[in-house]
Amino acid sequence: MKMMTCPLNGPRNISEFAYGGEVIPEPASDTVDDAGWASFVFLSDNSAGVVREWWCHVPTSYWFIAERHRRSNEILRTYPASEVFGAGAQAKDQPA
Amino acid sequence: MPLALLKRALLGSRVKDRQFIWPGDLKKSYDVVIIGGGGHGLAAAYYLAKNHGITDVAVLERGYVGGGNTARNTAIIRSNYLTPEGVRFYDESVRLFQDLSFELDINLMYSQRGHCTLAHTDAAIRTMRWRAEVNKHLGVNSELVLRDDLAKQVPLLDMSEDVRLPILGALFHPPGSIARHDAVAWGYGGLASHRGVEIHQRTEVTGIEVEDGKVTAVQTNRGRVACGRVLQAVAGNSSEVARMAGIRLPITSIPLQACVSQPLKPFLDPIIVSGSLHVYVSQTPRGELVMGGSTDPYPLYQTRSTLEFKEELMMHLLELFPFLSEVKLLRQWAGTADMTPDFSPVMGETPIRNYYIDAGWGTWGFKATPVSGKRMAETVATGKVPDLIEGFRLSRFTEFDLVGEKGAASVGH
Repeated sequence: MKMMTCPLNGPRNISEFAYGGEVIPEPASDTVDDAGWASFVFLSDNSAGVVREWWCHVPTSYWFIAERHRRSNEILRTYPASEVFGAGAQAKDQPA
Repeated sequence: MPLALLKRALLGSRVKDRQFIWPGDLKKSYDVVIIGGGGHGLAAAYYLAKNHGITDVAVLERGYVGGGNTARNTAIIRSNYLTPEGVRFYDESVRLFQDLSFELDINLMYSQRGHCTLAHTDAAIRTMRWRAEVNKHLGVNSELVLRDDLAKQVPLLDMSEDVRLPILGALFHPPGSIARHDAVAWGYGGLASHRGVEIHQRTEVTGIEVEDGKVTAVQTNRGRVACGRVLQAVAGNSSEVARMAGIRLPITSIPLQACVSQPLKPFLDPIIVSGSLHVYVSQTPRGELVMGGSTDPYPLYQTRSTLEFKEELMMHLLELFPFLSEVKLLRQWAGTADMTPDFSPVMGETPIRNYYIDAGWGTWGFKATPVSGKRMAETVATGKVPDLIEGFRLSRFTEFDLVGEKGAASVGH
């Protein structure tokens, strides 16, 4: 089975993980217009190249970020979300 | 069909009118360029020529005709959807399919089997009753059948009550059918080429030129082609092609795997689907079981196969037909499903003028081939979007007017 390296738990079968969507900046909810909100909720780059993605190691409920190539399925790197959002980040914080 | 065969045998004529006419070099410009030579693109080309007299058309195909998702689906045709938009749309497709072998003069092996969507819970029974009522209201033949009737209809289905998910009933849809998917593309493409449409294989679009918000040309690996209008019909690669025109789509591309068993004696007439067990299965005229399940757990532009998929699918299939446990698998493949947030297609206009789109065909594309071809041809020819597909417009997402199609395959109910 394909393996994925969890930053917390090390290499595990990919069936232990759940995909959680692309890492994209969330628009400021008090200023965003309808088109901007629709774009954030519905539209996607859906690139056939390297994409920064949210993943969760389900048994430990640990969320982290993976860089994966969407054509070769190669997982280039996995790392804690704090690397992008900074330590102690809140849900509303933007990716760097 | 048999009469035509007899005539040909006696008169000694050949079926050359069914062969493709292959064009030479690309011209410098065309009225309409269709990107994608699958079922949808070729059907649109055929209806542009036949219904609208537009024959200055080039179909540009990166690989070979019908080699993408047209060849990778499980060939099921039905219209028992849940939303009025979906039911009306797919009903027109089923009606077109029923006469298509005659219209295209090619044997599509269209086989009307009936389509059973199993219900394993009280909640599912309620959903099936809902779907049946929506269908009947719109003139589509669907009925809720309960255990005893279902057992008579599919005698070998395991109706035990001591299993994990006992079968309580099913949504039975008599028009449900299967057909030979390759032949649909060949039929449309062959006839379109005889009406003057140029079908260029191994011609990849590498860029799209837009001036003042209007498409003017496409660049290909064989040179630049100026064009009046463009229709994009590239299921499985929609986001990448639309990006060349600067359009972002509400699509995530996820592999959908399927497989075929060794041939068995005919035992399964209807198409059997279970949303709860994530399995659908039908038996081809050759006796092979065509089987599929849910989409892969994460996005990928790849058609590789996985053991996990087969293990999960077979585990579920054996709950329905335990006697299949010794049967061998013959082939396995995958297609790339362009999934949309509301499980409905994206059809019609785009922010780029004269650039039309036919995308977002997730797990429901093959069955829509005739109707999408006909209606997209109408859209391209007249510049007006027909009412039948208005609900599927790309702008529905920015207008927050989605078409939540929970009757789509591979959707957990």
